[in-house]
Amino acid sequence: MRGILILAYKLLVGDRAKFAALLVGITFAVFLIIMMTSTFAGILTRASATVINIGASIWVMDPAVDTVANTIGLPDYVLDAARSIEGVNYAVPLFSGGALVHLPSGRYQAVTVLGLDDASLLGRPRLTEGRIEDIFAENGFIVVQDSEFYKFDKPRLGGEFELNDHRGVVTGLAKVSQSSLFGIPTLYTTYNRAIQYLPSPRFTISYILIEPRTPEDIPKIKERVRELGYVALTRDDFISKISDFYKYKTGLGTNILLMTVISFVVGLSISGQTFYTFILENLDKFGALKAMGARNRELVAMILFQAGFTALTGYGLGVGLCALMIIGAKMRLPEYASIITFWNLGFAFMMVLVIAGISSYIGVRKVLRIEPFDIFRG
Amino acid sequence: MPATATMPATAIKARGIVKWFGEGDARICALHEVEIEAYFGEIVFIVGPSGSGKTTLLSVLSGILRPDAGTVEVEGVDIWSLSADKLAEFRLNRLGFVFQDYHLFQRLTTAENVAVPLILKDHPWPEALAKAAEYLEIVGLAGRASLPPVKLSGGEQQRVAIARAIIGQPDILIFDEPTASLDGETGRNIINFVKTNILTDKRCIVIVTHDARINEFADRILKMEDGRLTSIVNGNDMP
Repeated sequence: MRGILILAYKLLVGDRAKFAALLVGITFAVFLIIMMTSTFAGILTRASATVINIGASIWVMDPAVDTVANTIGLPDYVLDAARSIEGVNYAVPLFSGGALVHLPSGRYQAVTVLGLDDASLLGRPRLTEGRIEDIFAENGFIVVQDSEFYKFDKPRLGGEFELNDHRGVVTGLAKVSQSSLFGIPTLYTTYNRAIQYLPSPRFTISYILIEPRTPEDIPKIKERVRELGYVALTRDDFISKISDFYKYKTGLGTNILLMTVISFVVGLSISGQTFYTFILENLDKFGALKAMGARNRELVAMILFQAGFTALTGYGLGVGLCALMIIGAKMRLPEYASIITFWNLGFAFMMVLVIAGISSYIGVRKVLRIEPFDIFRG
Repeated sequence: MPATATMPATAIKARGIVKWFGEGDARICALHEVEIEAYFGEIVFIVGPSGSGKTTLLSVLSGILRPDAGTVEVEGVDIWSLSADKLAEFRLNRLGFVFQDYHLFQRLTTAENVAVPLILKDHPWPEALAKAAEYLEIVGLAGRASLPPVKLSGGEQQRVAIARAIIGQPDILIFDEPTASLDGETGRNIINFVKTNILTDKRCIVIVTHDARINEFADRILKMEDGRLTSIVNGNDMP
């Protein structure tokens, strides 16, 4: 069988124009599919940036909350109640809100302000400059050095700004694992300072962050919070909820799905048509092979190998091209939100297999139908 | 058959071959109760006008087209009683084909084309290529192994097809209009080459042709008309 496959390989790559067209089709399809899905994955990941960066195990929120930025204040008693739930190691408040900052340059800049629990500073970022205790200094704020950092005029330690007519001082610069989706800088401060500086509704707790004693306590905690009329979600649950919001409650998921389907159809059209032409052009040769004694399963193996080889090569090229494109884009555009995940790669691989499967199915049908007698008959 | 004291072994024996094509009013009988025998050590021509059934007969004899009635024994084996896989294996091991348009793979080299039957028999690729080079030498194409068929003349391509047909050392060779695409002299040279170098006592060659210029190379000529075998004559007796 190995010799047959070498023969199939030589027939395939020997026809350089067709092989190139096949590769272009599949590479293009893979490129588009991965670009679409990785952009979507990037958007979804960034939409959950706060959840990822804070890193708490359980988030308590109002049931109507869809995304991390869409907060609904929680009454203080919920925090007390959460602390009293059996299995809760500790529970702390988190403030998340938006504000307008007046920079020394005179420019106004929208920012996200996260107020960490004063006692524990749970969810604090990793500082690259300054000391974490300086967050308690007068007007202290930590500025996150993410892709939006430059919009804050790249401040230094001790730099000042105005926030709702309050003076703010940069007491630290920090790194977080994930930049946010909304294209605005992020400031960390203490919870109490946040609710003092930012205009707030009656209830000021955006989320309650809970650390369970053991993972086995999580279901009980969820149930008790539900009895209070609120929702407790694990970190993964919350990320999933945010993803679902963007997938199903905005047009984003539909648009990406549509583009992915179009990419698939384009790839299938180019590859399928080219492969079909390739098979048609070689049909008499397959017939001759059949006459000489090649069995149907050997001819099927040849076609499957040709389709599979083209698919895998095109897949590799598509993934490589996409990776290069994303790396290049991120070098020029720091806020470019695309990440290639294993899920993206797996999805594109499945799509490529479907393209190869359909293309080879057409070819196999044609080759199995050819009668060696047709070769004699001309 | 040749009138000799010792009977040559029968290579192909066909009895009562009937083949119909089409359905209903369009149904036509391509072969009417055809009976033929071919022996080892001879070249048999099947001749006749277009539509006389010679290609259909050749296909039935070579295990490619199943007849509606009759039997075909090749070296004593009733080939149409074999399963599809066994029949394919039989064709691979016992028959060699030279097609009218050669059907060479233009994307392969000449040697790779010749090696195809060995590849189908699972011979290792390098071994098959080495053997192909030997057979190219036999057909007078040494030094052309690495060329693609498109670089060869019609006669040379025919020789490549012959090398491909004989590389598996089959007992029976089937030629379909071998001179149809060649000029007269090249055609004669090819058939002369086949008769001189390829035909052996242990090999039977069946050639379908309507090229009367090569009749002199046939040991026997089976003439067909309207799906019937009308006469069997010695090659030299044909006009």
